[in-house]
Amino acid sequence: MLIRKRIEPPSSEITPEAEYLNRREFLGMVGSIGALSATGAVAEGLMGGFSTVEAQQGDKVTDESKVTSYNNYYEFGTDKEDPKANSQQFKARPWSVKIEGLCRKPGSMPLDSFLSPSRIEDRTYRFRCVEAWSAVIPWRGIPLADVIRRADPLPSAKYVELTTLYDPSQMSGQRRATIQWPYTEGLRIDEALNPLAFLATGMYGKTLPNQNGAPLRLVVPWKYGFKNIKAIVKLKFTDQQPTSTWMKAASDEYGFYANVNPAVDHPRWSQARERRLGEVLRKPTLMFNGYSEQVASMYGGMDLRRNY
Amino acid sequence: MTATAPRATRVRPRGPRIARAMKPLVFAVLLAPAIWLAYALFADQLDGDVVKILEISTGTLALRSLAYTLAISPLKQLTGWTWLNMYRRMLGLFVFFYATAHMLIYFGLDLELQFGEIWTSILKRPYITIGMLSWLILVPLAITSPNFMARKLGGPRWKRLHQLTYVVAVTATTHYLWAVKKDTFWPLVYFALFAALLLVRAYGWYGLHRRAANAAV
Repeated sequence: MLIRKRIEPPSSEITPEAEYLNRREFLGMVGSIGALSATGAVAEGLMGGFSTVEAQQGDKVTDESKVTSYNNYYEFGTDKEDPKANSQQFKARPWSVKIEGLCRKPGSMPLDSFLSPSRIEDRTYRFRCVEAWSAVIPWRGIPLADVIRRADPLPSAKYVELTTLYDPSQMSGQRRATIQWPYTEGLRIDEALNPLAFLATGMYGKTLPNQNGAPLRLVVPWKYGFKNIKAIVKLKFTDQQPTSTWMKAASDEYGFYANVNPAVDHPRWSQARERRLGEVLRKPTLMFNGYSEQVASMYGGMDLRRNY
Repeated sequence: MTATAPRATRVRPRGPRIARAMKPLVFAVLLAPAIWLAYALFADQLDGDVVKILEISTGTLALRSLAYTLAISPLKQLTGWTWLNMYRRMLGLFVFFYATAHMLIYFGLDLELQFGEIWTSILKRPYITIGMLSWLILVPLAITSPNFMARKLGGPRWKRLHQLTYVVAVTATTHYLWAVKKDTFWPLVYFALFAALLLVRAYGWYGLHRRAANAAV
């Protein structure tokens, strides 16, 4: 009834490079329209544009209600329904972000000053959780590279470590020692400077809901979801590879890179395929979540089986 | 019926009669989650990772039914309500029903009947291996659940076979513990619950043996 044989997409359906370049131009254009106006019509335009350029992969934007009611955010509880249920009282404003470590412009600043030099953009990305569920989400925010450049890192800075707010009075999940608090994540500087790396302050044309990481979260679409750290309060430049929260929790299951890779299984399940939120049948997972053209060169010569 | 009708001479306890009358209701209550899940699946009411929700729900329902099943004997000892026995087979079959649904959803919808993947998962992933083992143990218990099967086997043999339920309590909870990512709270709750239910029995057996030993002296 629901089960039928999966049909492999023929190679003719893989986006040719010229078209892919067009797509980036197109998305950039749509993004700038989005920056000028925040009306629903524009959001619709973005989705329409998205479906025409991405139709080859059968991608369509996931229902907003699914993305806002089913996710992992251990700060508000470990069940998928907990973030929405337990984050409604969370105060995402006022908010300040601290920049520290190996850079010329450290300091703490209110979120608005942190964001304001950059142009707000809309980006629709695939999102792939390490647990093999996935979504397509229209984000709104600024390129992470802008923030990195403004901080002016020293040549010795090789990594950037990001930290989530620690406030058990507001984040009830932090009252239990499920994982080590506060949550931290890290990127190599070149990864942080990659044009795809994004800091989201909104999604679906609206302000980011508390349960999805308000007021500021990372979006690195070629990596598994847990790299996309939420409620960011700190960026720190380091010369040593940071140890992320999930590496501390289970280093045999979660590595520093956590690049989406259908060929490297999680010890407890296959990563070859994924299931879109709300859908029953799975689809193949793409290398680097379909962003190979933009990111694969950063990992040339690396054994991705060891650097999972 | 008139007021002069003679009252029953044997005093029949009310417990069993009510228990028998309530049986369809208990059955409906236990089946209701399955009907809701089936409805929610087809009415697109499962927000999120649809198949994962089905897996977690049916798995939890199987464990919960198992806890009810194992609670009957201690509860009977505690209260003297022997009519609780009337529910035991039904509860046990619900364990099998939800465990089977759980397994079929995993193989059929999660792995989409890709036999290579099914095979790998059973051989390579310990939590699947032990889950599969738990289901396999349940099969002979379900088959021998009708009265005529129990008669065919003979009381003591039937009883010994059905003591495998205790093994399933351990293997199924281990399956749950190994399946969760990080938060082991609920698997440990089930472990504690089953440990308590088994300890009560162990204590009962110990008492019986001691009495028997004393009587023999």
